Amino acid sequence: MTPADWSPVWISLATSATATLFTLVAGLSAAMWRARRSGPVMALVDGIFLLPLVLPPTDVGCFLLLLFGHNGPVGRILLHFGTTIVFSWPATVIAAAVVAFPLMYLTARAALEQVDPQFLQAARTLGASEWRVFREVALPLAWPGVIAGTILSFARALGEFGATLMLAGNIPGRTATIPIAIYFAVESDDIRTAMAWCLIDVLISLALLGGLYYWTNAQGRGRARLARR
Amino acid sequence: MRRGGDERDWRGADVPLEVQIAKNLPDFSLEVSFSSGDGPLGILGSSGAGKSMLLRCIAGLDRPDRGRIVLNGRALLDTEKRIQLPARERRVGMLFQHYALFPHRTLGENIAFGIGRLSPGEQARRVAGLLQRTHIAGLEHRYPREVSGGEQQRAALARALAIEPEALLLDEPLSALDTHLRSQMEAQLQETFAAYPRPALLVTHNIEEAYRLGEQLLVLSRGRVAAFGPKDELFRAPPTLEVARLTGCKNFSRVRPVSADAVEALDWNCTLRVSHAGQRPPAHAGIRAHHIEIADSSFTTGGEKENVFPCWLARSSETPFRVTLYLLLHRPAGESSGTSGEYSLQAEVSREKWLLFRDKPLPWQVWLSPDSLFLMPD
Repeated sequence: MTPADWSPVWISLATSATATLFTLVAGLSAAMWRARRSGPVMALVDGIFLLPLVLPPTDVGCFLLLLFGHNGPVGRILLHFGTTIVFSWPATVIAAAVVAFPLMYLTARAALEQVDPQFLQAARTLGASEWRVFREVALPLAWPGVIAGTILSFARALGEFGATLMLAGNIPGRTATIPIAIYFAVESDDIRTAMAWCLIDVLISLALLGGLYYWTNAQGRGRARLARR
Repeated sequence: MRRGGDERDWRGADVPLEVQIAKNLPDFSLEVSFSSGDGPLGILGSSGAGKSMLLRCIAGLDRPDRGRIVLNGRALLDTEKRIQLPARERRVGMLFQHYALFPHRTLGENIAFGIGRLSPGEQARRVAGLLQRTHIAGLEHRYPREVSGGEQQRAALARALAIEPEALLLDEPLSALDTHLRSQMEAQLQETFAAYPRPALLVTHNIEEAYRLGEQLLVLSRGRVAAFGPKDELFRAPPTLEVARLTGCKNFSRVRPVSADAVEALDWNCTLRVSHAGQRPPAHAGIRAHHIEIADSSFTTGGEKENVFPCWLARSSETPFRVTLYLLLHRPAGESSGTSGEYSLQAEVSREKWLLFRDKPLPWQVWLSPDSLFLMPD
């Protein structure tokens, strides 16, 4: 029952954690940048930001291959420096980060938009720079939403399969995450291994969802108190 | 280091705050021009007159379409010279209607928010001093949600004062408080204004609040300055009908001048002696409800008085200390085609006085003193 090689677990966790970190920074920056703008151009920007959420992951994988492949714009630059991303561990991170990005962006934006603008204005009249307004007022008040977005992104990154397979392939011990290990186990009729990986995925997901539930509940109580002005 | 604000305008240096802005709003355009000396200036106007927008433009939270704002010789805004200081560089303290205290910081941390560049010792000293001055010493470790609305407002005031602003803007500072807290906070504001010889703009729609707290008054109506001047003058002789209404006057009549010191009041059906006729030909006369004197039979003291007319009571409305009487001039209520809601004058008397003559037979006598009557050109 025990899989002979535990590497997919570590690869999955390391990939998801790294991807979530990138997503957190990128999603927050995008949300912060977007929060103060409006107009038709922003609707288009929103559409582009949300594409990875609505497109089939294989589409995303295709685009990433076009971008990072040896003939793609980024791929060429990397090749110039004697390296390549495709079919390497960083590729799993890129694929996971891209598909998880919309969830982070959406949740962070919703959380930031919920912050009463009067708090931000008060901070400005008190001499705070825009960066300080964000860091010391907007972000702490939007924190519960940001945490929720982080957990959702992590979960999404953990489940990523299509784009990862196309960009990173299935290299055991390097790019084979749990979902990919499951797929290839089933393909080679190794149902027992596949089931074992599935079970591990279920456990990790339950732990994550439990954490999210606990966190939002705890924050919900704190937030209700905070929201009273 | 200030950007743009270095340019000093010495012409305006003798007036602490000079404001001249125009901004198009959805329903009307805000076009305001005034200058404020040190001390409190009450900005009075009905809701939606543009009062809050005016404050926001001065604070730098909203952008006027064009105009100029100069504070102590420092240009905060000059659209012609393309100067527009961001809010953080204006050194203008703002007190928000709902306080806007940061909920994730204690009162002490809130007050210290704007003085982070000072040394920790200096910060602590200043916060302690402000806690004393706003009478919330001991609450510095509490979070906003843990203290009362009045204490939150005091902390917000302390926070605005902490940056030693060159002007203070207060947006309906008392409207969210109940009556008891309101009078306490009013005393706090008076104390603050006395200790703070800088321009302080106080927006309110409450006439009494504006009168008690402001030295000067600016009346705003649909984005325009309807009146601006010392409060006593504005209340004694409002320049226009609108200002009279906005300052709480209840009684008006159209008038036609008949001589240098007399007008015919068309709505009150009488000829009135007036003490100051004004420069332009008057179109309306007004008198405040509490300036109308009433007696049960005749005014006996001081011989024959002018502007004394018989009146009948149409109805009355009592509050704990004051009674509002709705009076009909010259004829009893219910006579002719008069409906029950009809009245000529609205008078306000103390409850004690009301109890003295309410059972006396009608008609009573009403005296519209020439000194209390004022005339308006429109």
